[in-house]
Amino acid sequence: MPKKKKNKKTGSKEVKGQLGKKKATAREKMIGQTIGYRYDVNLLPDYSRLTPFLKKYIEAMGWDDLNWLEDVHMGYEEDRPAVFDRNANGWVTIPKKIKLPNNQQDRDMIARELLVKFQMSPNHPLVDLKKAYRKF
Amino acid sequence: MANLKTTEKKTKAQSMGLHTEVLTGKTQQKFFNPDEAENFYYWGTYDVDFNKRIDLDVKDLDCKEANRKIDELMSQGYGTIVIKNPQGKHSLGVGVLNKLNLIFEGSLGYFGVGSIDGPTVRINGRVGWSCAENMMAGKVVIEKNAGSCFGAAIRGGDLICKGSVGARTGIDQKGGTIIIGGDAGAFTGFMMQRGRIIILGDVGINLGDSMYDGTLFIGGKIGSFGSDAVETPMTKSDMDWLKRKLKVAEIGDNFDVSKMTKVVSGKKLWNYDALEPTEKKGAI
Repeated sequence: MPKKKKNKKTGSKEVKGQLGKKKATAREKMIGQTIGYRYDVNLLPDYSRLTPFLKKYIEAMGWDDLNWLEDVHMGYEEDRPAVFDRNANGWVTIPKKIKLPNNQQDRDMIARELLVKFQMSPNHPLVDLKKAYRKF
Repeated sequence: MANLKTTEKKTKAQSMGLHTEVLTGKTQQKFFNPDEAENFYYWGTYDVDFNKRIDLDVKDLDCKEANRKIDELMSQGYGTIVIKNPQGKHSLGVGVLNKLNLIFEGSLGYFGVGSIDGPTVRINGRVGWSCAENMMAGKVVIEKNAGSCFGAAIRGGDLICKGSVGARTGIDQKGGTIIIGGDAGAFTGFMMQRGRIIILGDVGINLGDSMYDGTLFIGGKIGSFGSDAVETPMTKSDMDWLKRKLKVAEIGDNFDVSKMTKVVSGKKLWNYDALEPTEKKGAI
């Protein structure tokens, strides 16, 4: 009786996902399309991981906590880590030289810090729009 | 679906690096410069001092004049502005994009403190419809009751009502936290997409109807769940965060957060792009 040929597994297929690591979920396989949120958008911040910059920002604004930054998370855009800037309605890609930790809480804190720096920068794209259209 | 292609001539937005404009998906990339100087305020906003305080009587001013006066006082460095005699005027305190302590001694009408980004606001009376609509950041505390559409479409910050609120609280909410010390009406969290709503009292019918995402925490009785809103167990992280947030909100000091009901989206009504036909299966 001829021996059954064993199906050799070919090299593992590269799976695109959160920061290039996660596999497609069952739901995504079912619908055949990527769901944008691969990170936990409802993850509540761990305040023990605040960066010194964020502490200073909270103090400068006179708030008790992260306030609007509680909703900011490190996401990805075209397989590169990025943070969404609601003011410009676009993703801000994180520079390659910044090494990201494995923990989402720590990644989120980095995302928050970078987003504040970007939004408050005089080079932010909306500064030109403000100069052109602000009324008073 | 939109499928814009790049043209040879660069638009102003492209030359500014705003996007790469291949709108077959959702791509709009920008590249961050990590060597930016440390700065906590938006370009063009005022450097105000919280200890510099002034009273502003708006009895004889209309909302446009009052709002312009607030801007003028901020430009002079006043960081604490007390508004006297608001007398239920509509649209007071809107569009403040600055850090500021803004105190209203009285009640506001419709659309009070809408589209704010940063200030800490205290209202010692009641508020009408759509208070803090489109709020981006900051903290708003209302000492008494609020009308319908409280915190409609807010995107960030803490919005607190120590009394009760009307229907459709947090409709279309996209972020931030809404905290209610009393009861809330029907359709609370209707079509919310993100963020959190905390209600210490009872809530009306159709809670979280058609919500896409986000979380609702209810302390009292629930009239009924809306379409696709489902109960889920509380975690320790939820409880720690709730205790912290209620402290920030200055309410519910002795409230037992472990007995609250957590409600989230069942995600069966999701219908983005081509997902619609498949996603609708099994919904409702």
